[in-house]
Amino acid sequence: MSTTTTSDTLPLDPSTLPGPETIATRTLTNGLRLLAWENFVSPAVYVTASFAVGSHDESPAQKGLNNLVAALLSRGTRHHDYDTINEMIESRSASLAFAGSVLSTSLSIKSLAEDMPDLLRLAAEMLREPTFPEDQFARIKDRVLTALREREHDPRSMASLAFYKLAYPETHAYHWPISGYIETVEPFTRADAEAFFATHYEPRDGIIVISGAMPAAEALDLLEEIFGDWENTPSRQRLPLPNKHPLPEHAVEHFTEVPGKAQSDFVLGVPALSANDTDYVPAQVANSILGVFGLMGRLGERVRDEKGLAYYAYSSLGRAKTPIKAPWIAIAGVAPENVTLAVETTLAEIRRMAEEPVPEEELTDNKLYLIGTLPLQLETNEGMAGTIKNMVYYDLGLDYLQRLPERIWQVEAADVQRVVQTYLAHGRHVLSVAGPRTASE
Amino acid sequence: MSENDIHSATLENGLRILVKETHHAPVATFWVWYGVGSRNEVQGKTGISHWVEHMMFKGTERFPKGAIDREIARHGGTFNAMTWLDFTAYYTILPAPNIQLALDIEADRMVNSAFLPEEVEAERTVILSERHMYENHPSFRLAEAVQAVAFFVHPYHHETIGWESDLRTMTRDDLYAHYRTYYTPNNAIAVAIGDFNANEMIDRIAETFGRLPRGPEVPPVCFTEPPQNGERRIDVYGPGSTRYLLAAYKAPAATHDDWFALALLDTVLGGPESFSLRGPSPNTRTSRLYRALVDSGLAANVSTSLIPTIDPFLYMFNVTLLPDSDPHAIEARLFEELERVRTEGITQTEYEKARKQTRAQFAFSMESVANQAYWLGFASTIADTEWFTSFMDRFSRITRDDVQRVAQTYLTPRQRTVGWYIPEEGAAQ
Repeated sequence: MSTTTTSDTLPLDPSTLPGPETIATRTLTNGLRLLAWENFVSPAVYVTASFAVGSHDESPAQKGLNNLVAALLSRGTRHHDYDTINEMIESRSASLAFAGSVLSTSLSIKSLAEDMPDLLRLAAEMLREPTFPEDQFARIKDRVLTALREREHDPRSMASLAFYKLAYPETHAYHWPISGYIETVEPFTRADAEAFFATHYEPRDGIIVISGAMPAAEALDLLEEIFGDWENTPSRQRLPLPNKHPLPEHAVEHFTEVPGKAQSDFVLGVPALSANDTDYVPAQVANSILGVFGLMGRLGERVRDEKGLAYYAYSSLGRAKTPIKAPWIAIAGVAPENVTLAVETTLAEIRRMAEEPVPEEELTDNKLYLIGTLPLQLETNEGMAGTIKNMVYYDLGLDYLQRLPERIWQVEAADVQRVVQTYLAHGRHVLSVAGPRTASE
Repeated sequence: MSENDIHSATLENGLRILVKETHHAPVATFWVWYGVGSRNEVQGKTGISHWVEHMMFKGTERFPKGAIDREIARHGGTFNAMTWLDFTAYYTILPAPNIQLALDIEADRMVNSAFLPEEVEAERTVILSERHMYENHPSFRLAEAVQAVAFFVHPYHHETIGWESDLRTMTRDDLYAHYRTYYTPNNAIAVAIGDFNANEMIDRIAETFGRLPRGPEVPPVCFTEPPQNGERRIDVYGPGSTRYLLAAYKAPAATHDDWFALALLDTVLGGPESFSLRGPSPNTRTSRLYRALVDSGLAANVSTSLIPTIDPFLYMFNVTLLPDSDPHAIEARLFEELERVRTEGITQTEYEKARKQTRAQFAFSMESVANQAYWLGFASTIADTEWFTSFMDRFSRITRDDVQRVAQTYLTPRQRTVGWYIPEEGAAQ
């Protein structure tokens, strides 16, 4: 006996989702926004945080520098050396990591509740007083360079790299890879890392979310005690977020040769929408139909199931902070000789969505999926904290999740057709293929 | 998770049922574990278990092609399947009120999957594409070669995906025969965990699966790998710019007491294992091998792998080299560390830390219904339910002497296989 849902009823009670009345919040005078969610199911606590510094803040010659800085934060502070830090984290069986991204740098910590205060104090030291030890700098740089060399032999990474380069102009942060290039990373010195850190790391516009076995008020007090006196860098003027997304006159195709590989990869897509554009939710529904629902939506059905061309063929709609337009892309890994057919099939499916209204039953199924899976995403502390952080980071409002089911439910076939026509099927996309050369390339 | 939390039953047709209720979120998960994997395959038919798994999504009369994916998704669920050395498992995670759908689908496809010839042929290229995706990664090519050299007789000789020549020649009848042989209630375990009443769930599973006929007993796996009496080596050349080292030692079966002592040793050498399917990995920078190989500036990365298996498998050490690393120095340093633990054992501090780390990782993994069901089903398939429920007890009983003894027993040069991936810039496949 499975439950059924008619198209008249919303399949989920929005009041069961987290919202302003159940998420505890506090904003500090230095601009840090703190959020807490109580969950005493297990003795664990998870913290996710985001700070307003990323590859966006790098000059062209500095590409890859913040990635290096973020990796070095946990390798020495004024009060704890590398070995002591590692012992403090691992003797508690915790995880603590920083990762640089385009617009932000993230921190994640997972530990037993009893250990979290010590780990948060340690993380604050890393964010405020890192020492960038010379030997650790050399080691991290070597590791990054090794990863960049590995990237050159990975068709999936190379297809993605060329896609972003062609789809976003040089003035846009998305044009450049977070980890940079071998030629930009090789000349970096420890002084470069230290100077970049001193210029850009500050609490302003930062977000810290804590979810787990700690009373919410206590968690906020703890965060305020630890991060409340962290001061901003008065002279820092962050570059405005990029807002130019010129599309090419016609579709652009690019091939990157990666010799000796068994399979090619392609990325086909466009810069499309910001996370809080009014069309974002209809585009989410359209993307689900195109390449997510069930086993990778219509793309999975045609490219994988019917034609047997690929193991994976799906679509993805990114999220980006306004005014940045996130990419809406189709991705597949196919035999080199089948790339053309797989690309043609993908484009045909995109055109079909632009030309024909999606059947009502298929539309309802997709809406049910997007609404019904919301509770699944919120089951763990990681899922809950990540969802809360996104609502704040993308300026969606803390009631976003509670409003989302209704907004999805309101999407009609005409909306789906319109967003595909407007954002994806205009024929001005970028196609990036990477793999071994065939006779046709 | 204690044994008391788990409700179990066995139906007349042989289906074993394991159920646990948990009410932390309005979700539930349902898994069916079959006792078949690449361990049950013979040369010429390698990869057949994995291919059968793909065919299980191709439809039955009740749930025609596409209907399984569609029904689960429209009920707010996610699903997938996995084939491994010792098992094939299917799972669905749904809002708890919709969980019966997963029971209906699994009971139906246990006996009614169609295996239409045209669907088998369409899937052949998908499977080959999956294999080619793996081949794009040097680590796969190296692991496949090392496994093939490490096992002469036992089916652990081949990767679960299977050899390409077998994937090109297997027939629909081969696949269907494999399905009929192994997909029976008496070769399966049903696991349900989530926001429901446990007794009611057992009744529902019994009602849904109880009418399925018992199948013949599955053929036993009769291959026994002879002892390895000397180091084996293999070089794999391929595209790339990075060298990789894989050293693999013969390890005991999961049910052997020594496996737990090796797991503790592994925590000291390679760092704690995450018991979670998703989420952050625990930090491992204080592990002996990270310090010896990465912190020393010799290598870019090191990782270890000790997988619980039905038959003795491998304890593996993977090293990613830096461009200017000296391969001989790396290999020598790795073996020196392993020799050191054989002669000196581990310290009391390391011992206590490893125990705490494992306890914490175990607690973290119990946060999601899917993780709990995974470990419960996995353990019950490769060993028994008690293997999971008594995991921490058995782990706690390991002594430092046990750890040194298993290091001496298993980390011997004559029981290892050493593989090198040697990159050739611009190389053809």
